[in-house]
Amino acid sequence: MDQKHEHHHDDEHDSELSEMQLRVRALETVLTEKGYVDPAALDAIIEAYETKVGPHIGARVVAKAWSDPSFKRALLDDATKAVLAFGVINRVGDHLIAVENTPKLHNMIVCTLCSCYPWEVLGLPPVWYKSAPYRSRAVNDPRGVLADFGVKLPVGTAIRVWDSTAETRFIVLPMRPTGTEGWSEEKLAGLVTRDSMIGTGLAKAPSEVA
Amino acid sequence: MDGVHDMGGMHGFGKVEPEQNEPVFHDDWERRLYALYRAMSYAGVWVIDQARFARERLPPAVYLASSYYRKWELGMEKLLAELGLVGPDELAAGHALRPGKALKRKLAARDVPNIVTRGSYSRAPQAPARFKPGDRIRTKNIHPTTHTRLPRYARDRIGVIEAVRGCHVFPDTVAIDKGEDPQWLYTVVFDGRELWGEDAEPSLKVSIEAFEPYLDLA
Repeated sequence: MDQKHEHHHDDEHDSELSEMQLRVRALETVLTEKGYVDPAALDAIIEAYETKVGPHIGARVVAKAWSDPSFKRALLDDATKAVLAFGVINRVGDHLIAVENTPKLHNMIVCTLCSCYPWEVLGLPPVWYKSAPYRSRAVNDPRGVLADFGVKLPVGTAIRVWDSTAETRFIVLPMRPTGTEGWSEEKLAGLVTRDSMIGTGLAKAPSEVA
Repeated sequence: MDGVHDMGGMHGFGKVEPEQNEPVFHDDWERRLYALYRAMSYAGVWVIDQARFARERLPPAVYLASSYYRKWELGMEKLLAELGLVGPDELAAGHALRPGKALKRKLAARDVPNIVTRGSYSRAPQAPARFKPGDRIRTKNIHPTTHTRLPRYARDRIGVIEAVRGCHVFPDTVAIDKGEDPQWLYTVVFDGRELWGEDAEPSLKVSIEAFEPYLDLA
């Protein structure tokens, strides 16, 4: 429901203002007139999330972990500390936990209660992450959810689902694809998809970016 | 509260539908709304769990039928009215009808880099942690009508403490204006079969981040 609503609303309101446009316009006007918000600060927030903060940050973290064993250990030991230097605008936030995928174990992240997500390394979450289908099924049918993403894990790979029910946030360290020996961190980062860091996807194979 | 927001394990919502090349926002009002929410959060008028609780209290049919940011907008209108900061009459008029109240602070563009970092929820403990990694616990069978972060599917279930995550602001009290009451936070892991019965995926393990008051030794 969530998803369909958001997918199809572009063509409805080309010529007239939608209910939500009107509501938000009224809200912004009232909050500004009351002196609670400064429109210039609003513009800066939007710019930050549209142009600066996003999954490219997490991809750099993953690529470094693939390339540097001591960084990988530090990341798995205390991700909050390990990723401090990766903040594009500022330091990355607190309580970040990195979990490692292996041939035996696949990790997947969800927030069944709302939409908790590691904004500072992945940006704002996609619509599907916040939708009822994902929030309801990730915890009891993770293989079914993976199938929706076109991912089929070996039967022998166990699945661990992390429900983000507090202010701790999780990022998956996906498996490094084979055939990438000797690649630079920059080149490796190009294989790291957002979904691979949520656990609903795998890192790309070299053939997919060739 | 046992609301429709607590979706873990529910059936009938259908397939997950990823969108290719999804934009950060789908419409300009989503941009403005998101920024308004963050700016008002910075002003210190609510804490994150109060905002979550406002969305959870939307009528179930409205919650289910609304897009993500519509829920945020409706929750925000509700909170602003409850806190006496903006009246429904003002939103209907599209203009302030009364002067604003004094807020703790106001977000300026130069402060925006600071809010891109999430705040810390760590607090000094009030007592030593009751549990340690490896302890078998049973989650409590609680059904508060107020905000809680213990999902229904994980209540009255046996699990194992996997990690101690420090001491944090307790959502259940801070959401209803009863203080931060810091509590120890644990990663608690459950076997899929403990949660979903014999038909569960055999290899499945699910963890929640559980505050100490949700737990008893098993």
